This record gives sequence, C-alpha cells and structure tokens, in this order.
Amino acid sequence: MPENALKIRSLKSAVEGKEILAGVDLDLPAGQIHVIMGPNGSGKSTLANTLMGHPRYEVLGGEAKLFGEDVLSMKVYERARKGLFLAFQYPVEIEGVSFAHFLWNASQSHRGEVGRSDPKEVVAFRKKLNESLESLSLSKDFSNRSLNVGASGGEKKRLEIAQIMALKPRVILLDEIDSGLDIDSSKLVAKAIQGMRKDGVSAIIITHYPRILEYLEPERVHIMAQGKIICSRGIELAHELEKRGYDWVLKEYSLN
Amino acid sequence: MTENRTPEIEFDFKKYDFRDPESFVFKSAKGLSAGTVTEISRQKGEPEWMLAIRLKALDVFLKKPTPVWGGDLSPLDYDAYTYYLKPSKEKSESWDDIPENIKKTFDRLGVPEAERKFLAGLGAQYESEMVYHSIREDLAKKGVIFLDTESGLREHPDLFRKYFAKLVPIEDNKFAALNTACWSGGSFIYVPKGVEIDIPLQAYFRINSANMGQFERTIIVADEGAKLHYIEGCTAPAYTTNSLHTGVIEIFVHKGASVRYTTIQNWAHNIYNLVTQRSMVEEGGSMEWVDGNLGSRLTMKYPSIYLMGDGAKGKILSITFAAEGQHQDAGGKIIHKGKNTTSTIISKSISRKNGRCSYRGLVKVAKGATGVKSSVKCDALMLDEQSRSDTYPTMQVDEEDAVVAHEATVGKISDDVIHYLMSRGLKDSDAQAMVVMGFIQAFSRELPMEYAVELNRLVQLEMEGSVG
Repeated sequence: MPENALKIRSLKSAVEGKEILAGVDLDLPAGQIHVIMGPNGSGKSTLANTLMGHPRYEVLGGEAKLFGEDVLSMKVYERARKGLFLAFQYPVEIEGVSFAHFLWNASQSHRGEVGRSDPKEVVAFRKKLNESLESLSLSKDFSNRSLNVGASGGEKKRLEIAQIMALKPRVILLDEIDSGLDIDSSKLVAKAIQGMRKDGVSAIIITHYPRILEYLEPERVHIMAQGKIICSRGIELAHELEKRGYDWVLKEYSLN
Repeated sequence: MTENRTPEIEFDFKKYDFRDPESFVFKSAKGLSAGTVTEISRQKGEPEWMLAIRLKALDVFLKKPTPVWGGDLSPLDYDAYTYYLKPSKEKSESWDDIPENIKKTFDRLGVPEAERKFLAGLGAQYESEMVYHSIREDLAKKGVIFLDTESGLREHPDLFRKYFAKLVPIEDNKFAALNTACWSGGSFIYVPKGVEIDIPLQAYFRINSANMGQFERTIIVADEGAKLHYIEGCTAPAYTTNSLHTGVIEIFVHKGASVRYTTIQNWAHNIYNLVTQRSMVEEGGSMEWVDGNLGSRLTMKYPSIYLMGDGAKGKILSITFAAEGQHQDAGGKIIHKGKNTTSTIISKSISRKNGRCSYRGLVKVAKGATGVKSSVKCDALMLDEQSRSDTYPTMQVDEEDAVVAHEATVGKISDDVIHYLMSRGLKDSDAQAMVVMGFIQAFSRELPMEYAVELNRLVQLEMEGSVG
C-alpha cells in the first residue's frame, strides 16, 4: 500500500454558518493525481479552501491528514511549509508587490528565513523563475509586475503554476485551474503538472472540463454532490460525464 | 525587487532607543525668556541683527495662541523644555575630533558608515548643535556650500541674509516664530549655477536628552540649473516625558534648478514634531518633497511649494504611519502662481491600533496662473477597527482652465489577501508587512536603496508588533 499524501475522513465544514461539506472521505495515495468533478455548489472549492484553512471556512468535524499529520490543527503557513499548495480559483491582486519579490519571500519562508537575501541565490532564483515563466508562455516582465495586477484570468492561472514550480509543494490542490484558459494554455498547464509527477507530486484537480485530463493521466475521478464524494472510478468516468452530464449519476445515487 | 538589495546597515527599531548620559558644555535654564534667547545668540557670537530677529520672534511666539485646528498640543509645557544644549565645544570635519560618546552614538546609528558608502556630504546634529559637517572635496571645489547654519551665517553673511526667513517669515505661525527665536543647528546649503550633485547630501538629527527642544534651521539654495538631493533622518530615545522638535526649512529653487528633499523621521513616540517646510520654485524649476513620518507622538507638517515661475513643477510624496498613541497630521500645500505649472500630491497613510493619520492639503491656483495641472491622490490603509484616518483637502482655483484632480481611497487589508500570502508560507505578520510595503511602494521606490531597505525593516518590525 502506498502512503497516503492526503487522507480525509468525514470532513464537514461550513461557510457563514451554513454546512457545505457534509462528510467527505477521500484517500490520495502519494504520487497520484485525482480529479474531482461535480455540479456547481457541490462543495468542490469548499473542500480545497477548508484544507488550506481559509478563515471563512469553519471546520465542523472529521479529519484530514497530510502524510499522516493533522492538517486541520496547523496554521495556514504551516500547511504551506509542510508541502500543501492551493492554486486558487480566483488569485488575489496585490498592488506594489512584485511577483518575484513575493515568490522569493515565499520560498524563503519555507526555510523559515524571510527577509534574508544572498545575492547569488537571488540571481539563481530569478533565472529559474524566468525559465518557468517562459515554459508557461508568460512574458518575463511578469516577475517585476505587481502580483496578478493587470493579468488576464488565464495569465493568473499560469502564474499560479509558476509558483508551484518555484515552491515545489508535495500535494497540490488545483481549483478550476483550467477555467478561463484557452486550449493551448490548458495543454501547457496540464503538461506542467504531468511533468511534476516524476518528482512524486500528488494532486487533486477540481475541474468542469475533461479537456485538461487529455494530457494528464489521473488515477481516479471522484464525483462530488451535496457536500460528499458520491462516486469514485477511473478516467472513463470523466468521459462518460462529458457525454451524459451529471443527472444520471445523481439519479443513480438518488440525489436528484 | 528588494531582495537584490543587500542591506548595507543593520536596522533595528530598538536600535534607536538608547541614551547617553547627558553631557554638555552649555545648557540653558529651562523655559523660554528674552534672557535665554539672548544667551543663545551670545553663545553663538552672532551679529546684532540676528539677535534682534530672535527677540522679535520670541515676542510673536508668546503672543500667538497655540493652534487648535490640528493635533492635540495641550500636553506641551513650554516652561519644561531645555531650549539650548550645546553638546561639545566645536563642530568638526573629522569624526576623530568628536567627543567619544557622541561619536559612539552616531556609530551605533550607522551614520558615518552611510557617509562613507553613499553620501556626497553629511551633517550630524546632536541636541542643539551640528557636531559634524563635511562635504566631498570635489563638490567644495565647485563652490558648493554645505555648512551648519551658524557657520553659514558667519562665513557667508550676505548670502545668508538674502535668504534667511524670506520664505517663512517670523509671523508665519507660532512654531516658526519659536524656531526663529531659538534656532540652533541645521544646514546651510548653496549649490552654484549649473552644478548638479548626483548623490545625496544628508543631515542626521539626534535628540539625546529628555525634555529637550531641538530647533534646527535649514536653508537650501539651488541656483539656476543646479540639482540637489538632500536627505534628513531623525531619531531619539524614548522617555516618559515629551520633547519638542520644531524645525524650519526654507528652500529656494531658482530658474531651471531642481531639488529633492527627503525626510524619514523615526522620532521616539514622545516627541512633538512641528515643522515648517516651505519652498519656492522659479521658471522651469522643480521641487520634490519626499516625506516619511513613522515616529513621534504628534507630527504636524505640511511641506509646501510655491510655484512662482512659468512651467515650474512641484511634487509632494508623503507617507504616514500611525501606531498606538500616535497622530500623524501631515499632507502638503501647493500654490500655483506661474503659468503652465504642474503639481502632484501623493499621500499614503497607514494607521493601526488607535493610531490616527490625517491628511491636510491645499491646492491653490492663483488668478493669472493659466494652464495649470494638478493631481492629488490620498490613499489610507487602516489595519484594524480602532485606527482612524481623516482627510481635509482644500482646493482654491481662480483660473477656469485649471485641471485639478482629487482622488481618495480608504481601505483595509482583506482576509483573502492575507490568506493568499499565508497559503504560500508567509506568517501573518510577514504577509501584512508585505501588503503594507506594496501600499507604500510609490514612496519607497523614490528612496535611495539603503533607505528603502531601512523603511522595509521598520514596517516589518511594526507589523510583528501588530500581529500576536
């Protein structure tokens, strides 16, 4: 049995007092990629945000373990330093903070050393960053621009991927990373994620579109509805959903 | 990207908070009287006309009421201050000749090191007197004058008299009158026609004793086509009783000249910082005030620019940071007298705990000043529910074709932004500091690198205090 990168049991959470996650169970074995699909409002993003610890999401019960460690009791930055990364559906914009400055400090923070700057390391960091941006068809200029300010939706998503490349997390949650991406960009992003598999990265991909799955080889596809994972199968499930929609699954599980 | 900047100097907020045992060669009796003022003038060996001005100014000071339109000045006890404290016999051009304790103080503050590394000249004031003043030799050869103000009066009496109190007359306001009555120290700078100084001159002001009044007087003259950047830094140790810093700065920007004056004051939180800064700009000249207020109990300071000549430009860039118990009442004034003059005021304020930032600004377009363009932008950031921010903008426009824009925003740092940064590994306090630094980036990018690094550090340390 491979070690579980994520092990989630009966996880319940609420937003503004309203229960959204109604008891999620999920195992993500290390090195695997799983996909979560499901109708709008089924709790997919809530699962990602609850795992990352957004203050608006209140945990009501259950547990979540990251390589055996209790994630829910960790501070948000500890989760990040332990290797959890959420690529946000709507990345924030921060005026006056350059992407490179932000990312350098973030990467330093993983070593517990914010504010330190060895010029040699900075130069090496910059070089790698430029390579990452180029591999994502992003202009090098982005490294000196204010974080996400003036970037299109698709550019923001690709900048999230550039952060993954720099921070090298162990478990990645991608919340609709492919929304707002054109075909070429989603191909780039998918390939970038697929490329990280050789380093043993695990990922949960939340998506509405099976297109991105063409370039990935996910081990499992889960369907989420009404705050629970109702069905888990292989990649064929995604294609069936594309053809037939969600109704039949919901019916099958008497949720419609 | 700031991480390319290797800090030249180690900065620490607590670093400023140390005191030397008080030592002096002359200390006036507490309180202000004609006797004190006369004694100051006598100690300095001044001409009669200066003493006459001082006494007249004392009269104005005593007659004018303490202003009530700004911050709370009621804790000021004018009888409790020492108005003149001479720390050493002579000012020096070499650090070696400065009394050991004072030299040590400036060493701890990194001042001589900064001079060696990136300044064209340096003045260091301790209590009431400039103890050190030096300028790069090549600039002195070009005729640049950079002296303490007393030496300016002594060595260049005609030039001095031509400019002294011409922009800030005695009657201007109560604190300018106070300064004129007991001024001591400050810089006297003259940059001759066409001389451009590409790296900054700096003055560093240090108050060491408790219940001290520091009244430096600075005069800067940029002759036609000259260029200059002057930087002022201020610190003091924290005492339980308050001290008073009341400077007057007059800057004359002649035709086609340009001057930038940068202040970062990080006074201890027991200092009342009441400063009058004024400049006038002739045809085609340019004046910039870059004004950073982090310290003090109360600051009242509104750098102003009189755009007298056609095509003159003015810019005021102000940041204020008010933490618990602090009130920063700052802003700027621009008066357009010349045609086709342009101005910009950018004010960024940050308040936290019960700190209060007030923006007080004036843009005036006088009759006859056609083709004026002016823009004012005030952004306030409040870090919690207890903090306070007010804006008092005034516009007086007497020409129809003037284009005057005013924009103001008030905001908080959103949870989403902090969460985003924390989700990348940054602690809450580092995340907040990063957002705050971004907020004032328009200001910090105008600073020489070393100062931007210092500012960054100060904000970082402030934030560590703000988040548990």
